[in-house]
Amino acid sequence: MRVRISLIVMLMSMLAVAPVSNAIDTGQAFDDPELQARYEKIIAEVRCLKCQNQTIKDSNAFLAGDLRREIRRMLDEGLSDEEIAEFLVTRYGEFALYRPRLTGKTLVLWLAPVLLLLGGATVLWRVISRRMAMPLDDDSLEGG
Amino acid sequence: MTRYLVPLVAFAILIPVLMIGLTRDPRELPSPLLQQAAPQFELPSLLDPARTVGSKDFDNQMTLLNVWATWCPGCRQEHDFLLQLAREAVLPIYGLNWRDNRPEATRWLEVLGNPYVASAFDEEGRVGIDWGVYGAPETFLIDANGIVVHKHIAPLTREIWERDFVPLIRAAGVVQ
Repeated sequence: MRVRISLIVMLMSMLAVAPVSNAIDTGQAFDDPELQARYEKIIAEVRCLKCQNQTIKDSNAFLAGDLRREIRRMLDEGLSDEEIAEFLVTRYGEFALYRPRLTGKTLVLWLAPVLLLLGGATVLWRVISRRMAMPLDDDSLEGG
Repeated sequence: MTRYLVPLVAFAILIPVLMIGLTRDPRELPSPLLQQAAPQFELPSLLDPARTVGSKDFDNQMTLLNVWATWCPGCRQEHDFLLQLAREAVLPIYGLNWRDNRPEATRWLEVLGNPYVASAFDEEGRVGIDWGVYGAPETFLIDANGIVVHKHIAPLTREIWERDFVPLIRAAGVVQ
């Protein structure tokens, strides 16, 4: 019993540690808290092109490190978030951004969820309204 | 009838779309550099740090830029083909030695042979980022006007060369 409890405690403590050890770049990059906040927001939304389902914040691939370094440099130079996004897109394409900008090319990407939701809602509405028009089983029983 | 027709048609459209999706490699990203001016760069030469290698070297003629590194298995795989290509002397091949270490890269060229007119030494990966490099080997074809006309990601082979590069080189009027 004691062994089992200590095992559970051990596993739980591993769970508690896991998210911390996953974040690669937790160090303070800027003294200015506002810049630091912008930096953290940007790196959490840029894809690591080498390891495609990770952000450059979570990846320890050297390309992710290089991109973080470039983003720090651009923030230091006073570039805006849009200019930094532009820098990445001209080199790696819209795919580099986890939150693609709304342009002609990405319009479908942005509109598809809304259209699918509207389509689904229409179907649902039609099915429900058709069923509403049907007599309830109970009613028909009572009537008969 | 339409009740069954609509989902059936939707299914019939979806299947080919998904099947095409299966045949494509999600790791191969289209380069936004295609049909754009090649990014300018100037870096120390790998073999002769006193010299620089850069875009200025491949002005006014069709050039191949091959991104390589000693840590990259695909680069070893394509190396023999690059050597053949260099012997055929169709066009100059420049190397971008990306995120590598100078002694090891130098030794690689000494031992395996050097297909490059010169290799630029991009230790920090700064130029690699400008070229949108995300995994070696990558090979760019730059035309005489300095426009990137093709990018190949993954090791080069004779087959890929004949299929993707040769028609572009012929179209540009470079004798083949």
